[in-house]
Amino acid sequence: MAIIDVKDVYKTYTENAVPVHAVNGVSFSVEKGEFIAIVGPSGCGKTTMLNMIGGLDAATKGKIIIEGEDISTLSPAQLVDFRLHNIGFVFQAYNLIPVLTVKENIKFIMELQHKHKKEAEDRVKYLLEILGMKDKIDVRPKYLSGGQQQRVAVARALASKPKFVLADEPTANLDSKSTETLLDLMAKMNKDEEMTFIFSTHDQRVMDRAHRIITLEDGKVIDDSRKMRG
Amino acid sequence: MKQYLKLAWRNIWRNKKRTLITLASIFLAVLLAISMRSMQKGTYANMIGNAVRFSTGYIQVHAKGYWDKPSINNSFESDDILDSLLVNNHNISLAVPRLENFVLASSGDHTKGVQIVGIDPNKENELNNISGKITIGEYFTADDNGILIGDGIADYLELSVGDTIILLGQGYQGMTAAGKFPISGIFHFPDDRMNNLLAYLTLNTAQELFAAYGRYTSMSIMLNHPNKLNQTRHNLQLALNNEDWEVMKWQTMNKTLTQEIAGDNAGGIIMLFILYVVIAFGVFGTILMMTMERRKEFAVMVAIGMKRFQLVLLLVFETIFIGLLGVLSGIILALPVLIYFNVNPVRITGAAAQTFEQFGIEPIMPASLDPNIFLYQGIIVLLISFVASLYPMIYIGRFKILDSLKQ
Repeated sequence: MAIIDVKDVYKTYTENAVPVHAVNGVSFSVEKGEFIAIVGPSGCGKTTMLNMIGGLDAATKGKIIIEGEDISTLSPAQLVDFRLHNIGFVFQAYNLIPVLTVKENIKFIMELQHKHKKEAEDRVKYLLEILGMKDKIDVRPKYLSGGQQQRVAVARALASKPKFVLADEPTANLDSKSTETLLDLMAKMNKDEEMTFIFSTHDQRVMDRAHRIITLEDGKVIDDSRKMRG
Repeated sequence: MKQYLKLAWRNIWRNKKRTLITLASIFLAVLLAISMRSMQKGTYANMIGNAVRFSTGYIQVHAKGYWDKPSINNSFESDDILDSLLVNNHNISLAVPRLENFVLASSGDHTKGVQIVGIDPNKENELNNISGKITIGEYFTADDNGILIGDGIADYLELSVGDTIILLGQGYQGMTAAGKFPISGIFHFPDDRMNNLLAYLTLNTAQELFAAYGRYTSMSIMLNHPNKLNQTRHNLQLALNNEDWEVMKWQTMNKTLTQEIAGDNAGGIIMLFILYVVIAFGVFGTILMMTMERRKEFAVMVAIGMKRFQLVLLLVFETIFIGLLGVLSGIILALPVLIYFNVNPVRITGAAAQTFEQFGIEPIMPASLDPNIFLYQGIIVLLISFVASLYPMIYIGRFKILDSLKQ
């Protein structure tokens, strides 16, 4: 059964009184455990698509059904709750909370979920171990490199074991080594915990690791191809 | 909750300089406000204390009509019900009976109008420490038949201790009041009008002089808790027969002082308002900047699952921290200074001192250490801080996640 069902979705903005069709009748389904890259040229609607799936933006027309629930019917407050318990976000610009340490940033969502303290601490240690950042546990983000910050951001997104992770150009600001470390972590979580990942990306390295690539152009799906899993 | 407190505390120190400038403005405003109110309240307390001790008491009981027509014929007889009420009311610390009347005082070729106050020497001394104001001679005992006169009267009549003074006037129900009394002591009060006007006899002597046996013109009452004045007056008035008695509070009897205090207090409140406006703008500016520069961060927090009311709560804590730090630092610095001026009041000199003395008030400005001054300042500044953060809170409730994320 699909965990995400995008059904004939449109998104139209009005810019200077001119309608802009950012997403133009997109449909696709996502199965649990998929590792998907949404690709396409700038302005093709990748980020808009991710924002709509994440409930940060509303579709002008069409439905986005997540685990049987049409998210367009949820109130803003319900959407916040929905995101908290179902979705992990990774942003291009890391967006860590600057006054919190690495550990506190990773624990942040689990604390919002009122997870047991011991469980949260163990999860933080586990993720930092995989990321090779145990020595940075009490460091604040401003003392970390861009790659390290993005690894913490990914750890934050994965910590609460969300149903799926939405990552908007997560490797855009990273060097090759950081990108590989990050992708290794996400691939491991995808494999070990059957976590579903959806990326928007221009990065060939991400596309190479993806199991499925959805290509958008002018707000439409022009290709949706699956690769054999290695 | 701990998570919000931690976040809020760290957030206010993100921009140390800005926070310190805001704290300094609150601190200075609180310091000024507390010092000003403390000196004002202390001065008022001194004025009221002097006025109630030397004149009216907090409450005075008279026979009905005495206040409008203060004649010895409107005096009242010792009354068991009144005595019992005064003894059994826990808020009454002292009830001082007086018999007052005007006479002519004479010595040699000189004559002067004098107000005779018949007093219970022990109670009166407990109330206003007359014995401490005696400059020549001695304070008298309950069965003394001497007289205490102000140094103004003594100078005018050219009298000293051991000399005799002649008193002539009208007693109760038209009886002639005449007598000669040896001068036991000469006193000096801060108010020269009192020195020129007042003379004290013991209550028994005065009652005998005016043929007003067992009668008083007033019963002045001191209170353990002056803040419960209205309630105590009301209870006494209820218990006494309205037809025969009038129970008055000092504000009614001393309207000049009440108006003087009210006028000065209004000026103080205007100054406080200006200080509060300064605080409000300082806090508003800081909280607004702290909100606007974190728009993207707020958007990320809401995106990953933080509810907007939780963000508002965070902002409230930040505001409270800034307000509290400013208030506490203001109080901590003000306190030792005010304790010093409470123990060592500022002594007023020159024309201002004369104005005080005209009201019969010792010309000093003690600082008040009334905890309410500190408490109210704290509450008001916290409320101002909260109001100043309302706009940022409304912003948090309404901002668009995607617009803020694009910043």
